[in-house]
Amino acid sequence: MNRWHVLKRLLPLMVGLMLILSACGREDLSTLNPQGPVAQSQYDLMKLSIGIMALVVIVVFAICIYVLIRFRRRKGDNTIPKQVEGNHTLEIIWTSVPLILLLILGVPTIQQVFNLSKDYSQDPDAIQVKVTAHQYWWEFEYPDYGITTAQDLIVPTGKKIYFQLHTADVKHSFWIPAIGGKMDTNAGITNKMYLEFDKEGVFRGKCAELCGPSHAYMDFKAKAVSEESFNNWIAAMHEPAQVAADAEIATLFTNACLSCHAIGESTADSARTGPDLTGIGGRVTVGSILYNDEAPVADNLVEWITDPQKIKAGANMPSAGDMGLTPEQVQGIADYLADYKLNY
Amino acid sequence: MDWLTTVDHKKIGILYLIAGFLFFIIGGLEALVIRYQLMVPMNDVVSGQLFNELITMHGTTMIFLAAMPMLFALMNAVIPLQIGARDVAFPFLNSLGFWTFFFGGVLLNLSWFANAVPDAGWTSYVPLASTTYSDGHGVDYYVIGLQIAGIGTLLGGINFMATIINMRAPGLTFMRLPMFTWTIFITSVLIVFAFPVLTVGLVALMFDRLFHANFFESANGGNTVLWEHIFWVFGHPEVYILILPAFGIISEVVSTFSRKRLFGYSSMVFATMLIAFLGFMVWAHHMFTTGLGPVANGLFSIATMLIAVPTGVKIFNWLFTLWGGSIKFNTSSMFAIGFVPTFVMGGVTGVMLASAPADYQYHDTYFVVAHFHYVIVGGLIFGIFSGLHYWWPKMFGRKLNEVLGQITFWTFFIGFHMTFLIQHFLGLLGMPRRVVSYLPGQGFDNMNLISTIGAFLMGIGTIAFIINVFVTWSKPRNAEADAWGDGRSLEWTIPSPPPEYNFKQLPLVRSYDAWWKEKMDGNKAMTPAEPVGPIHMPSPSILPFIMSVGLFIAGFGFMYNKLIVAGAGLLITFACMAIRSLFDDHGFHIEPEDQEKEVHV
Repeated sequence: MNRWHVLKRLLPLMVGLMLILSACGREDLSTLNPQGPVAQSQYDLMKLSIGIMALVVIVVFAICIYVLIRFRRRKGDNTIPKQVEGNHTLEIIWTSVPLILLLILGVPTIQQVFNLSKDYSQDPDAIQVKVTAHQYWWEFEYPDYGITTAQDLIVPTGKKIYFQLHTADVKHSFWIPAIGGKMDTNAGITNKMYLEFDKEGVFRGKCAELCGPSHAYMDFKAKAVSEESFNNWIAAMHEPAQVAADAEIATLFTNACLSCHAIGESTADSARTGPDLTGIGGRVTVGSILYNDEAPVADNLVEWITDPQKIKAGANMPSAGDMGLTPEQVQGIADYLADYKLNY
Repeated sequence: MDWLTTVDHKKIGILYLIAGFLFFIIGGLEALVIRYQLMVPMNDVVSGQLFNELITMHGTTMIFLAAMPMLFALMNAVIPLQIGARDVAFPFLNSLGFWTFFFGGVLLNLSWFANAVPDAGWTSYVPLASTTYSDGHGVDYYVIGLQIAGIGTLLGGINFMATIINMRAPGLTFMRLPMFTWTIFITSVLIVFAFPVLTVGLVALMFDRLFHANFFESANGGNTVLWEHIFWVFGHPEVYILILPAFGIISEVVSTFSRKRLFGYSSMVFATMLIAFLGFMVWAHHMFTTGLGPVANGLFSIATMLIAVPTGVKIFNWLFTLWGGSIKFNTSSMFAIGFVPTFVMGGVTGVMLASAPADYQYHDTYFVVAHFHYVIVGGLIFGIFSGLHYWWPKMFGRKLNEVLGQITFWTFFIGFHMTFLIQHFLGLLGMPRRVVSYLPGQGFDNMNLISTIGAFLMGIGTIAFIINVFVTWSKPRNAEADAWGDGRSLEWTIPSPPPEYNFKQLPLVRSYDAWWKEKMDGNKAMTPAEPVGPIHMPSPSILPFIMSVGLFIAGFGFMYNKLIVAGAGLLITFACMAIRSLFDDHGFHIEPEDQEKEVHV
């Protein structure tokens, strides 16, 4: 009787837990709301393990609460309980039951480990992307198309995306929670993994490995688009760079910014020490955390260019003051970049 | 002065306790600043740099300078008493172990005043911890401070291994050892095998940083993943070094306060050994996302899951020790009973993490933070609180105040679950760990607020404990020898606190739970195994203190590249070693007539 009573108390708790687990968090961020097959397979494993573990926890809690209620020492009770040495049957049961539970979890674990490590580097249908992590920003190169972009990863839906992960400095970790698990970028080593995007949309990506003072702000966006618009994007990236209408700003931009950044294909790869700026006006964020749907792009750009250290301490970009730029010049560059959008 | 020169294990235990608790408070304050910063999104109480320094120091302090020393405190206070010994095998080394730990810890924490605090996380992953990305002396404090403190831990491990093997009372066979002694024995073995690995890693990192070696510089042929392997080959057993003693404490407390012998004693012993063995085999589960490939990930997944089996055996043995018992509730037993379900929750998330493909999602998120705090706080710290309340009368001759104890338990217990339960969900919703802040509107806001409130509740629990210590201090020493009336092992047969020589006559052990057996047979004391006679005692010595100061000075010398200072420091240490070797000290004897004077700690 007592035991059922306890279970009754626990049930609502577990139901609540299940509800929380079943549909929780932002669609573009939560691992509990998988938006692609990789994340889905990992979510299935999570559900399986949570189920098994919830069972274990319930059993232990039930025994625990039962024991505590049933065997408390009453006042004035001085009897000595029977000194039980042990019980082989019981001990065999609680050795073998966990083994069976682990087998149930272990088999799909091994299957998925091998599934998720499949190599699609030679697959003509897969899109190859070389990811380079830098202290506080992400660079994405598409070797098959000869283009490089930063911060916004653009991918077509329904295809395998095969990533080669590098770092330019310290260890980072590449993670798009809603799409699939993470993989580290190690110095001197290339890691590989694939992801797949089912639905169009923008998904939040994060750096998951401590990489310095602005580790928390090293976000990026994965933007999944239809295959058609992906092809448009590729074409747009190949178009000649759009230069500022104002000649003075154009020169200033070339001198002040293009020594580190690149636009279009105008800059040699060796000069790309900062993020590629092609089409920056159309990106989801500036500096990965200033959202362009919350403030006008130009304002975000002004804020960023004026003092990048304020937003990302430890970033390599000098402030406008260091570069000797006047607020008008900053505004001019920001306006030009805000208008630089790609049509796709 | 008495305290600087003591080689008595009971006093060294108290020194460990004071120093460890001091560092526990420092680490706790660091934690509270961290939680205060994360209370609301885009908070700017601390900068990103300071935040990284805080998390690094919090982790390092709590693991190396708080948790381990508090365990050493209990080991020192209890183990010789439990096995019927008059001291540890090497009293001089015991003192040296304490002082090196203490000065290593002081050196590490002086970094706050030198304005060069380690900032690469407690795991100190390279290249972030290399001079290229952490210039300044921050990480130097970490590598040198931990090396000095590590000497102390290693000495302790060797010492307790030798003590437990050699100094057991007549009749106390291995399979009659109290469970706490067993776990400390296995922990000592783990320390002896795991800490040298850490030392090797730290030395290699130190050479990289101070002398531009290239162990971990991938551009010059080094390998950054090598550091991860070295660190976790040490780091995973370290988890068991921490948790096994807690298992031992829980076994003692649960069995005493339910008046029952430990259920399935022999399976407990073998489960402990198995956990220790497997603990060495699974380090790479910290590296599932490092890119070791499917074969390694698969093997380490399964090996890790297997640890759940012996751990489960232990959990059910505890529950069935309580089953049919006569359970007395007080602060000590409540911490022990609270430990069981809490640790199970930490354990099951461990199995979840062991499933590599799922770990690709959990890794480096708040889910992991929640998991290991369940294990280390919900397991180890609950265990330490339980053990402290349990053995306090034996250590100090006074029982801790029960009312304040209950306040400690409930605030700490509720605060703990409030802080960390919710962090599982934060992780699943996509919050990475070690982030100084987070953008609003990602679904993290409320949970972080709750977590922070919980952390402050734990702080209140700790303050209640400190008040309890001072209140108890002012009371007379009136604890009985068998303070709880239900003691089972040898420490409860001698006065509280014990005389300097512990046992006037070494006891004869006739069964498992020796003291319980005598009580059940109607005896009022243990049968002595030897006649009353003069007791040989080691002399106190200031040398361990001076040796540690020498290493402390040498550490600074190396760090700031003043080799003369470094040499002078090492000279002090080596000179002390020479003195120790060249001048024989045979100790002294306490004659039977003096034994009546009851020399207390």
